Amino acid sequence: MTRHFLPGFIIALGLLALGLLVAFTVGRYPVTLAELVEVLVSRLAGRATAVPPAVENVVLLVRGPRVVAAALVGAALAVAGTAFQGLFRNPLVSPDILGASSGAALGAVLGIYFSLGVIGIEGLAFVGGLVAVAAVYVIGSLLHSRDPILVLVLTGVVVGALLGAGVGLVKYLADPYNQLPAMTFWLLGSLAATTVSDLLPLTGPVALGTIVLIALRWRLNVMSLPEDEARALGLATGPFRIAIVAAATLVTSASVATSGIIGWVGLVVPHLARALVGPDFPRLIPTAALLGGGYLLFIDTLARTAAPVEIPLGILTAVIGTPFFIWLLAGMQRTWS
Amino acid sequence: MLALKPDLILDVGSVNPTYISLADRVQQQTGIPYALLDGRFEGIPGSYRTLGALIGRREQGESLARNAEDTMKTITQRVGSIPPDRRPRVYYARGPRGLETGLGGSINVETIELVAQNVAGGTRGGLANVSIEQVLLWNPDVIITIDQDFAANVSSDPAWAPVAAVRAHRVHLSPKLPFGWVDFPPTVNRLIGLWWLAKILYPDLFPDDLRALTHEFYARFYHVTLSDAQIERVLAGRD
Repeated sequence: MTRHFLPGFIIALGLLALGLLVAFTVGRYPVTLAELVEVLVSRLAGRATAVPPAVENVVLLVRGPRVVAAALVGAALAVAGTAFQGLFRNPLVSPDILGASSGAALGAVLGIYFSLGVIGIEGLAFVGGLVAVAAVYVIGSLLHSRDPILVLVLTGVVVGALLGAGVGLVKYLADPYNQLPAMTFWLLGSLAATTVSDLLPLTGPVALGTIVLIALRWRLNVMSLPEDEARALGLATGPFRIAIVAAATLVTSASVATSGIIGWVGLVVPHLARALVGPDFPRLIPTAALLGGGYLLFIDTLARTAAPVEIPLGILTAVIGTPFFIWLLAGMQRTWS
Repeated sequence: MLALKPDLILDVGSVNPTYISLADRVQQQTGIPYALLDGRFEGIPGSYRTLGALIGRREQGESLARNAEDTMKTITQRVGSIPPDRRPRVYYARGPRGLETGLGGSINVETIELVAQNVAGGTRGGLANVSIEQVLLWNPDVIITIDQDFAANVSSDPAWAPVAAVRAHRVHLSPKLPFGWVDFPPTVNRLIGLWWLAKILYPDLFPDDLRALTHEFYARFYHVTLSDAQIERVLAGRD
């Protein structure tokens, strides 16, 4: 069952473009389309703008970084989800399955508990995610089994539960006036405080991980076959598994460190992409990246405009993603093959 | 708790039915009297009177309650001359990025709402997170915070630069020794905190000597005599 690539890709690209347009023009602070164009044009041309400094501030320093971060995080989670769904041969897999989110969560709440600055909190979250997955992988490899994938998943679930207990303990010990609300808000996911300086530590790992996954796109097709068949086709499954897990974990940890825990994007968007362009990975990964960016852009725009206060992203992605996913599951028998 | 053998369990804070039933339970289980007092700002005099009666120090409780009432009356009377919509618009910034705030009626901003306008007061509720865009839209005249890092960095942060309070250098760091004067936690220190707030917001209406008031407050409520150096340290808002 093949689909033509181009229509699906154009749709995904169009959704991202629409998401960017909406995200830049819609917001609590009124910015008209004319003012937006004026600011961007004058920035590119290097001349002074005619718009009030407050508007220029909002576009370049407040909304701009947030929009870019939303697109990057959405793309990163979608790509990681796609890679994992192929690697684990299971459509219910999300990027959290190996405990990256739980490890990042523990790192972040520890950072908040020890009153570290924002850089410290994000750094600990990033490191926490990487260390958690590394631990899962090491433990999983030490347990010899004919099905390394299953062992990896089970180890991920177990370690994730342990890290979750650790998060609960830190929340219990935290100061209820200051630290606990900060931890709770972080764990629900938000891009509210994104600044320009947050973009560099996000872009680097996301770009690196995505490039690696795109480079491995043909191998992913083979990896999604059962272990014996993949080996029979001459693919060294062990090293490629490590590479795919490492790349996907890199992008996931960087995203979670920036935005907190946002679920459902890595689970739902790969299915959407598959419905558009089919299960072939060279087509799937770029499409998923574009769709993921557009999807999170729409949700983040909603999170910051629906009410004067911020609605955490994790809540919105769950509320929107769940009925969506049920609808996809209804038609899944046909597409997952 | 039983091992400590207290004569009284004292709890000051929310008095909604959940906490009342919890208090009843603990009292039944342990047999120790459990006193639950209202922690809201208007409840402070009443709480002191009740506490004085409970521990047999009525006169002291009465004197502290009277002092609290006098403070509230003096300040609200002087501020009363200014109609509510002409009062300064204040944004209460919590957290290292200053993006957590108290909504209308929240216990964290009670004293602010008593003498000024809370920019976040349009929505009623407790604590909430907002985006910088929302703060830019509100454009407060004054920012009150307890976070040292935020207070130090906000004037050099380009995203906050257009805010009226930042441009006018009206970002104020709340004293917090031994406990916060506005929040962290919201308790009796809000009495001297109310003087501090009033002086910041209405310097012409409140020429009173804050140092003398601080000295008197700590002597009366904490039985501690502060040196001048200590008063300076407290008023500077550092740890």
